[in-house]
Amino acid sequence: MQIEVRNLSKKFGRVSAVDHVNFEIEQGKLIGLLGPSGGGKTTILRMLAGLEKPDAGEILFQGNKVNHLPPQERGIGFVFQNYALFKHMSVFDNIAFGLTVQRKSKSEIRDRVHEMIELIGLQGLENRAPHQLSGGQRQRVAFARALAPSPQLLLLDEPFAAIDAKVRKELRTWLREMISRVGITSIFVTHDQEEAVEVADEIMIINQGRLEQKGTPWQVYKEPLTPFVAGFLGESNLLHNPAHIVGFESAPRPHSEKARVLIRPEAIEVGREHEISNLSAAALGIVRSVQFRGSVWQVEVEVGEHRLLAHRTLEKETLLPGEQVAVLIHSLHLFHDEQSLFLENELKRANTRAI
Amino acid sequence: MKKLNITVTYLVFLLLLIIPLGQVLSSAFSTGFSGFWSALTDPQALHAFLISGILVGAVTALNTLFGVLLAMLLVRETGISRRIRQFLNAVVDLPFAVSPIIGGLMILLLLGPHTALGAFLEDHGVKIVFALPGMILATLFVTFPLMVREVMPVLQEIGTDQEEAAYTLGAGSWRTFWRVTWPSIRWGVLYGVVLTVARALGEFGAVLVVSGNIINKTQSATTLVYQQVENFNFVAANSLAFVLAGFSIVVLMTLEWAKRRKEV
Amino acid sequence: MIQNKRWLRRSVQSTVLVYFLLLILVPILGIYVQGLSGGWAHFAESILQPIAWDSVLLTIKLAVIATLINTALGTMLAWALVRYRFPGRRLLNSLVDLPFALPTAVGGLMILLLLGPQSWLGSWLAGHNIEIVYQQPAIVLAMIFVTFPFVIRTIQPLLEELDPSEEEASYTLGATRSGTFWRVIFPAMRPGVIGGAMLAFSRALAEFGAVVLVAGNIPGKTLTASVQIYGNVESSNPSGAAAVSVLLLTLSFLVLWSVNLLTERKDAR
Ligand SMILES: Nc1ncnc2c1ncn2[C@@H]1O[C@H](COP(=O)(O)OP(=O)(O)OP(=O)(O)O)[C@@H](O)[C@H]1O
Ligand SMILES: [Mg+2]
Repeated sequence: MQIEVRNLSKKFGRVSAVDHVNFEIEQGKLIGLLGPSGGGKTTILRMLAGLEKPDAGEILFQGNKVNHLPPQERGIGFVFQNYALFKHMSVFDNIAFGLTVQRKSKSEIRDRVHEMIELIGLQGLENRAPHQLSGGQRQRVAFARALAPSPQLLLLDEPFAAIDAKVRKELRTWLREMISRVGITSIFVTHDQEEAVEVADEIMIINQGRLEQKGTPWQVYKEPLTPFVAGFLGESNLLHNPAHIVGFESAPRPHSEKARVLIRPEAIEVGREHEISNLSAAALGIVRSVQFRGSVWQVEVEVGEHRLLAHRTLEKETLLPGEQVAVLIHSLHLFHDEQSLFLENELKRANTRAI
Repeated sequence: MKKLNITVTYLVFLLLLIIPLGQVLSSAFSTGFSGFWSALTDPQALHAFLISGILVGAVTALNTLFGVLLAMLLVRETGISRRIRQFLNAVVDLPFAVSPIIGGLMILLLLGPHTALGAFLEDHGVKIVFALPGMILATLFVTFPLMVREVMPVLQEIGTDQEEAAYTLGAGSWRTFWRVTWPSIRWGVLYGVVLTVARALGEFGAVLVVSGNIINKTQSATTLVYQQVENFNFVAANSLAFVLAGFSIVVLMTLEWAKRRKEV
Repeated sequence: MIQNKRWLRRSVQSTVLVYFLLLILVPILGIYVQGLSGGWAHFAESILQPIAWDSVLLTIKLAVIATLINTALGTMLAWALVRYRFPGRRLLNSLVDLPFALPTAVGGLMILLLLGPQSWLGSWLAGHNIEIVYQQPAIVLAMIFVTFPFVIRTIQPLLEELDPSEEEASYTLGATRSGTFWRVIFPAMRPGVIGGAMLAFSRALAEFGAVVLVAGNIPGKTLTASVQIYGNVESSNPSGAAAVSVLLLTLSFLVLWSVNLLTERKDAR
């Protein structure tokens, strides 16, 4: 189902939980809603489901306004954060609930439930009560229960929040596959960026009730529109002023206090002079600390007035704290006047051309 | 210290509950089983039991229905402002603080034969005070908080998640209540029902004032006990009391059982 | 269809609210209106009659005594039932609620029997020329009987919740047994003791059924407020009854209100 949301707003007392949000979602996409706690993700989801009434704005499914429809008539499936399985019903009855509402025949219901149980791989557990299942199994049942009545839109509120890290990774791959197999438009909430990036076709970053950015994970990572997004997705160095960064001397000088400079750690090359690809574009710095980060070294260098975090591949020699190194900044993002600029090191460019 | 404390415990129970119960028993049977039996099967006693039965039935049905509905309203209805809900919530407890005798007096003052409303109703053939309807009203007043206070915490505890899940699966409010909410609250409701039955059967002060304690008309089992004591008919009083006490013990056991079910 | 349902829902809700307000609030307001119907002066006059004040003051006095005894006993019993293991503990524990479950008239009858000439206690007392039935001690006993479960049942859960390691920590820090009781355990029980005592007090004030069987009719000595109200009703003097009722009701509401304040503060913590 194709979804469109226009100017959606919701206040709780004086708190603006959702603030003029606009977006459109294509049929069949899996969307990740990402953002800090209290940002308004759950509220957006609940308004799409009809569980919460918007103060203003429109929700359109396939171009039809659905604001007035109660949750029963929206054709959605909802997976709750803590699953909300009916605790006095068996797994079978939980999954069958939506089908009995539709007044399907007994045999139809049985077939569909078995199909769902096979899909989630819980054969043999049909008669268990929810409290006899593990967290991951409950999660799957909640998923099957939501999907059984064949909804047009699947909404998942932090589907993996209550599951331990390892099972969580398995489950999200599984969910990704399930959803693409069923081909249903889905929106899931998370505040785990790794999860969002890994699973979603597109992500939407929500902060303080506003939609900061929407796009594929790569787009959002590569071209963040706001300092918030830049800081939220992936690691980054945030500075107030690009002044004195070698290679960016002719960058615009923002005057406003709100301006920010973002440098990704992988855009910084740190090393002894002979290792640097383009020494003339580099500045000098001092290593302050070196940490092993699993797949890279994380090096903290002091360059002029700034302290920067940079990544260094493992096969290179280890740097030592106190050592003097060359620091080459390949690119940075500059945010000012509601604008975002992506700038490359100009000395490097000039130099390259000269060759 | 420990020995002393345990001894006191035994003593208190013995003195306050066990010996008096034993005396009720021995006094009831002091003229043998036949005395006990004839006290119970006396037409006056039978009628009193009948009245108590009707009273308990009517009060329990009404109190359960309205108690559950009001609990749902106070916990779930977000359309009512918080202030009003707090006010209503405070009002629920008031009958706990009202002496039953005053509870009865209130109904007398509002609907008694000397009041405008009472006279009007009586002219139209509706007798409330000194009749069963008034006794039911008085007992409803006294028992009102019991059901509401049992059901409200359960509703709060189960939260709205399961109900919302049912809505998103297409279920309407009726089906959601019966298939999702009810199974969670039913032990709480049962507990409330048992409390209501016990209180309705045992209610004395309010009923005494409203009923006028008219023999073979508005006399209930408890007011009959009182009258027999006043008449120094101790065998009859104790026979009735023995039956009522036996019933209370059944109630107590049901409560223990319901409490255990409620916890799982 | 939906319009229809919403309408149904609204009307059910209104019915419930109307029922509730008519049943609870209107009668209570009615008492106040009736009590004050003759104007303030008349109201003041009727409650300032010594007979009205006397009965209310007597009720307060007896209820206070009953509450104090009950609080002390209740604390001990709750302690024994939670902390000690002794034969019959479970049975006694379920018997605690019996006074709630028993019709109060039966409770009054039980007290009457206990103190009456038929029982050994009654005959022993009679033998020593101590008369209790229809005297203040009997009324206090009746009040203790009906309010017996309150203190025990409010303290018990607090004692059960109390983490034994708190106590143990106190011992490891060198505190004595009684020091630990007064500085660690009692503060944890205190809200239950106070809350239970208040509830018991308000119930004792209001009690009629158990009291009427053992109370006498000497104003200021053995005539409690609720019994006096009943007497007024019997002698077809409902407005006299209303005046005493207003006094007693207001007192009960104050107690209830402070209990609620107390528990709210407890919950807030
Ligand atoms: N029922 C409610 N009543 C009052 N305020 C609410 C209610 N629901 C949400 N809020 C407020 O609205 C804001 C957004 O809440 P929401 O639950 O949508 O955040 P979220 O992004 O889902 O957060 P989390 O990641 O912690 O789940 C918060 O400030 C929250 O306190
Ligand atoms: Mg949330």
